[in-house]
Amino acid sequence: MTELNKVNALVQYAAQIGDNGLIIGHRMSEWCFRAPSIEMEMALMNCALDLIGQARELYSYAGKAGGEGKKEDDFAYLRDEQDFRNLLLAEVPNGDWGDTIVRLFFMSAYNKLFFTALAKSTDAELAAIGAKSLKEVTYHLRFSSEWLIRLGDGTEESHRRAQKSVDDLWAYTGELFTMTDAENLLLEDGISVDVTALKAGWDELVSQILDQATLSVPANNWAQSGSKSEGRHTEHFGYIITDMQYMQRRYPGCEW
Amino acid sequence: MYGDTSIQKPIKIAEPTSAEQARLEEIFQQKIDDDIKIEPQEWMPAAYRKTLVRQMSQHAHSEVIGMQPEGNWLTRAPTLRRKVILLAKIQDEGGHGLYIYSAAETLGTSRAEMIEQLQNGKAKYSSIFNYPALTWADMGTIGWLVDGAAITNQVALSRGSYGPYSRAMIRICKEESFHQRQGYELLLTLSKGTKEQKEMLQESVNRFWWPSLMMFGPNDANSPHSAQSMKWKIKKKSNDQLRQEFIDATVPQAEFLGITLPDPDLKWNEERGHYDYGAIDWEEFGNVINGNGPCNKQRIANHIKAHEDGAWVREAAAAYAEKQQKKQVA
Repeated sequence: MTELNKVNALVQYAAQIGDNGLIIGHRMSEWCFRAPSIEMEMALMNCALDLIGQARELYSYAGKAGGEGKKEDDFAYLRDEQDFRNLLLAEVPNGDWGDTIVRLFFMSAYNKLFFTALAKSTDAELAAIGAKSLKEVTYHLRFSSEWLIRLGDGTEESHRRAQKSVDDLWAYTGELFTMTDAENLLLEDGISVDVTALKAGWDELVSQILDQATLSVPANNWAQSGSKSEGRHTEHFGYIITDMQYMQRRYPGCEW
Repeated sequence: MYGDTSIQKPIKIAEPTSAEQARLEEIFQQKIDDDIKIEPQEWMPAAYRKTLVRQMSQHAHSEVIGMQPEGNWLTRAPTLRRKVILLAKIQDEGGHGLYIYSAAETLGTSRAEMIEQLQNGKAKYSSIFNYPALTWADMGTIGWLVDGAAITNQVALSRGSYGPYSRAMIRICKEESFHQRQGYELLLTLSKGTKEQKEMLQESVNRFWWPSLMMFGPNDANSPHSAQSMKWKIKKKSNDQLRQEFIDATVPQAEFLGITLPDPDLKWNEERGHYDYGAIDWEEFGNVINGNGPCNKQRIANHIKAHEDGAWVREAAAAYAEKQQKKQVA
């Protein structure tokens, strides 16, 4: 394995943030013609467009920063499973509307804090991407919070389902606040975000909305991890990239 | 997207039952003849209302069902740029659906009723969406031919007599023409690509050409109740007129792509100043309209499944809204 230096750490870092956007955006696009109403479907597609847009900017920057002339599509379509370093939370299946909303809520609460901090990065390009993405994820947080409250405080069934979604996905939230070696290295120069410092703010934000939704914070704090640091994914992930990369793998080197 | 209604049973036009009603009908027709738009709160003949609800709901359903064939390629789009273009396009279609459902609701039929009619088979949608999207090239062909055919229809509809519908059409046409150009640009890229890409392009056009021509509905001779719709300016041009316009505009675009259109009888007629074209297989059209297309069952089953799976969500939203309202009152 290549030794970590400040150049390849930056490439890894930008790509890894991009992976979160791409994978969760991809999951949302799977809702096409399956949502409970057209309005909800359009809102999800809006979020998907934002998130995939973030991935494109971050991949392009990663390619530029690495100096190897890699393009956005090289990152999305020509890397193998273990090269993707998205959070496990981004890749777990959509489940029902409750699961999708809870995932988006957990992720958006994190993204709001994360992009606020990234907007202050000493790396001008990352700071600019952070500032732009912050506007988008602020909407995602509002949209998912409002839905979580509706579900939690809606009917008996929706309350039960929403609480189950919170409980099921809780195990994937611990990974949000773990640091990779690349992040630690870049932190020395103020390029990366210290995500361990975001935990308290996230806990507060999440418990406040869960409270409004009449839902409880799960007691089991065991956290699944492994994707962000080592590319160890869930069993579901292989199917995402099999689907996503099919055309590029089948017809290598074509313009589309 | 567009749904022609001329294949369905005609709506009966009732004779005026009183002198007052005859007078109202006369005023109504005068407005239409003078190109004054009809607005929701104004008097209109029951059959005019019914015809419009049928056409508009069919149009809205077409937009919504049309999301399915395109959605089939969303997760497999070959580049990120193409993926976001496709996402945005499908989102536009959903928006058109919403927009037209709302316009139709101004005539007193709720979206829930319209959706029920779609699901129980009473309402139709454009037959084209009962064909499958099998290759990536189909994403371009649908934009180029299907949206192209839709625009030809919708430009005419934007001059229609019912205010909310014609205004919706103006906006929708702008977005559709963008889709058509995007579709064409996708195909243009394939046409400059490898042998396999060119074959993919030709194969896709071969499949979609005839179904696209069928989108305009039966020949004028077999579309007897179009006359009333023309008089009311719900319909501004006949099926055959629109089909000819579409063919005339499309053939040179196909030539530019370097592909052939699957019709040996297609050739320029100097005398008519139009392209002549071969006979359309109306038996296939009838079959697809009546439920025997390759995807009819799947399209409706998907719609019903999404609707049923989402019932608890809609109920939760309604229950929550009610609770909030009560709190405000208290």
